[in-house]
Amino acid sequence: MLAHLPVLQVIVPLLAAPLCLMLRRPRLVWLFSLLVSTCTFLISILLLQQVMVSGTVIYELGGWEAPWGIEYRIDKLSAYLLLIISAISTVILLAAQVSIEKEISEDKQTLFYVLYLLFLTGMLGIIATGDAFNVFVFLEISSLSAYALIALGNDRRALWASFQYLIMGTIGATFILIGIGMMYQMTGTLNMADLSERLPELSQTRTVFAAFTFVIVGICLKLALFPLHLWLPNAYAYAPSIVTSIFAATATKVTIYLLIRFTFSVFGLSFSFTTLPLQILFMVLGLLGVFVASTTAIYQKNVKHLFAYSSIAQIGYIIVGFSISTVSGLTATLLHVFNHALMKGALFLALGAVMYRIGSVQLSQFQGLGRQMPFTMAAIVIGGLSLIGVPLTVGFVSKWYLLMALIEKGWWHVALLILLGSLLAIVYVWRIIEMAYFKPSLAGRESIKEAPMSFLTPIWILVLANIYFGIDTRLSVQVAQAAAQSLFGVSP
Amino acid sequence: MNISLEVMLQLCIILPLIATLAIVAMGRKPNLREAITISTCLMLLYCVINLYQELARGEEISVFWWELLPGLQVNFTIEPLGMLFALIASFLWLITSLYAIGYMRSHQEGNQTRFYACFAIAISAVMGIAFAANLFTLFIFYEVLTLTTYPLVTHTGTEKAKRGGRIYLGILLSTSIVFFLLAIVSTWFVAGSLDFKPKGIFDPNIDTTLAGAILVLFILGIGKAAIMPFHRWLPAAMVAPTPVSALLHAVAVVKAGVFTVLKVCVFIFGLDLLSLLPSTQFLLYLAGVSVLLASFIAIRQDNLKARLAYSTISQLGYVTIGALLATPSGVIGSSMHIAMHAFGKITLFFCAGAILVAAHKTKISEMRGLGRQMPITMAAFFIASLSIIGVPPAGGTWSKWFLLMGTMEAGQWTLMIVLMVSSLLNIAYLLPIPFYAFFPKSTPDKKADNGDGEARSLTEVKIKEAPLLSLIALSITTLACVILFIYPQPLYELSKAILDTSGGVYGK
Repeated sequence: MLAHLPVLQVIVPLLAAPLCLMLRRPRLVWLFSLLVSTCTFLISILLLQQVMVSGTVIYELGGWEAPWGIEYRIDKLSAYLLLIISAISTVILLAAQVSIEKEISEDKQTLFYVLYLLFLTGMLGIIATGDAFNVFVFLEISSLSAYALIALGNDRRALWASFQYLIMGTIGATFILIGIGMMYQMTGTLNMADLSERLPELSQTRTVFAAFTFVIVGICLKLALFPLHLWLPNAYAYAPSIVTSIFAATATKVTIYLLIRFTFSVFGLSFSFTTLPLQILFMVLGLLGVFVASTTAIYQKNVKHLFAYSSIAQIGYIIVGFSISTVSGLTATLLHVFNHALMKGALFLALGAVMYRIGSVQLSQFQGLGRQMPFTMAAIVIGGLSLIGVPLTVGFVSKWYLLMALIEKGWWHVALLILLGSLLAIVYVWRIIEMAYFKPSLAGRESIKEAPMSFLTPIWILVLANIYFGIDTRLSVQVAQAAAQSLFGVSP
Repeated sequence: MNISLEVMLQLCIILPLIATLAIVAMGRKPNLREAITISTCLMLLYCVINLYQELARGEEISVFWWELLPGLQVNFTIEPLGMLFALIASFLWLITSLYAIGYMRSHQEGNQTRFYACFAIAISAVMGIAFAANLFTLFIFYEVLTLTTYPLVTHTGTEKAKRGGRIYLGILLSTSIVFFLLAIVSTWFVAGSLDFKPKGIFDPNIDTTLAGAILVLFILGIGKAAIMPFHRWLPAAMVAPTPVSALLHAVAVVKAGVFTVLKVCVFIFGLDLLSLLPSTQFLLYLAGVSVLLASFIAIRQDNLKARLAYSTISQLGYVTIGALLATPSGVIGSSMHIAMHAFGKITLFFCAGAILVAAHKTKISEMRGLGRQMPITMAAFFIASLSIIGVPPAGGTWSKWFLLMGTMEAGQWTLMIVLMVSSLLNIAYLLPIPFYAFFPKSTPDKKADNGDGEARSLTEVKIKEAPLLSLIALSITTLACVILFIYPQPLYELSKAILDTSGGVYGK
């Protein structure tokens, strides 16, 4: 059983998805999905334990030896990401039933869970697999279900947002496919470990250059790296609240994983960062992302839009850490992947609770909510503080590591810019706080009550995680550091 | 009671937090709620005084909480400077609580539970700052203090309060995030440690340009010290209820700022290194400019609280100058001035609040002749003013004396003149207030618009002072100003011990 964990991680949600259709009754389906997600969570814990103790776990699908067969390869990085995604997915599912009931018509509720599980399968699959083409397959599974999930939003603009994402996402996926195809053409293999051995000798060919470019651009599209982010705000804003939460917390994290996997493991550090000017490119794009997106966030009227732009800015931070291309830089990136998942998970779920009670997340509708929904708003305040990076929250931990990495590298000016960028976060977070706490509630709104317990519980699990992992950083820092070190080939 | 000293040290930080919970739980029963506040104040004071005695006996006490990041621990220790700050803050918390109860009730403020709860968290943060054993721990509590005082500043919830809160939080958070944090990370990177050590933690052969740059980052980053150009938050914070202005913006928050400056100068850089850095001179002049400009602005303020706020900015400059002078007298003067100014300024704010509650006046121009109506308050105002100015018989004399000595020791003649001129300016903006309150020049038009004014016959003016609790509070602090003049020895020894702590032992 334990030997099969890598494949179980992916196959459990995959098989569970069609089963949902048989159960039919939404409440039952919800419980079932929750169970499945919890299973994946437990599996990921076991996997992480295995990997931390005994190193990379390799699983050959169907007993076919790599590079002929497909292999699943769980190293520290993938185990870490698997844990983040399955954990966040489980917590978010806790709130799903209440929220979905309100936002999606009854006949589509079962379908929602089917799509959700497929989306989860796709994301876990991308991380677990060690085969480049398999990555593409799972990428499409998760993307297709994502398009449908967004389209479930009851705002009609959701359809347009979903279509926009469909177009951009497909271009991205196609680019990735073209890149993989070129690599296959040059090396005759699709196995990542195998690719990484064969690519260096071909690294001066134009085809490999082109392959690399296609893959990276494709990933950046999916990642919504500035300036390829245009699909993201609407997709986040008009999707059902639960979908936004899971997207914001996990989807971009998986693409970061892909970026790291392809640049570090497949193409190799020296090719990615020395032969090509990826470092300066990503640093500049990351910083621009931070400033442009944060500034845009300040002017948003819809709070979901606001946090969507903030997500783009946070991706900027992650990419800056990545562009440093040192162990500490990558540690900072990986930490922020984890920490940002916690922050945005909590924030978007809390927005879901607001949506549940007042049916809108326009900033002007937040008036007086500080009194009427104290726990939900407190969650937003703490999540916001974490976003700013106040000590004792996870945001501070990632900021500290990012600063350390930048100073270690001697990039003082970037460090200063990063800090200035985080000031913008204060502004957009405080707009919400002032609206919620300093304005009397709108007329006819006096009866608004706090969100139900089943909503508050998952929100506060994530909020407390924001604080807990901001105080006790052993787990997140250790694993992120170990993963970064192994990617650089440094034995810890 | 037999509590180990380690536990007692932690209690100082935890007690107010527990009190916060209790205050929130008792929100509906005001009397019980206030009883909790007062009893926590007393317990806290008991702990701090006990710790002080142990410190004087030469005990070394330190507590380790947890390791937040590898190498970065949250831990606490006791040394004379922190002790001094803790003593002042815990004592004045008690007095302010007494005052606040009288003030808040007679002023009929809303949300009093939130007020007392935030107040308690703020004190916990102050204790954390005072006892922090390293810069990292200090930074955590520094930020907590900023955030927890925000609801206090914006207490009234009006548009004006919101605007004041924005400036308050904007400046304090921005400076601390951009400069202070960067300075801390740089220090950690350069020195490999953030612990407070008696001779500083930098390598004596460090590149002075780099260390100088870090010093600039520190001084700019510690926005709570209100060095110009980052002083605007202090006047903005005056929208808060008077007890908040009194404790936080005359004592806890601003003193946390200058305390941090002093800590950084003495225990991170060390006086020897500090005097070698190229940026020290520039920062000294910056502080000097801050002292003078703030005094000039204060003269022009008609709103009493605003005048006091600018006076605070000016006085904070004194402490910063003392720290940057890098001479023993400078450091002694600085730390004594933290205490002297705390007692003087809190009295002045108490008086301002008392005048607001009893006579509903905020403008200085309206306070002529108020001395007959509020004799105790105005007498207290007079004595506290003397302390701020630095003339006998008030405590401020001593700290200013040492600060002037410091400038002479360091050969900073310009700064010496700055300090003297500023003292003259202090006289110009403080003393007229009690003077005209007692000896108004009768002007005919005053008679018309001011019913209870001075021109009515003396017998008609009734004495109408602030609520008794508030009056007691301001009498105690006034008395403290005088006592500190007559008997400054304990304070002086504590201040002197800051520099003697070769091994963290004091009093042997």
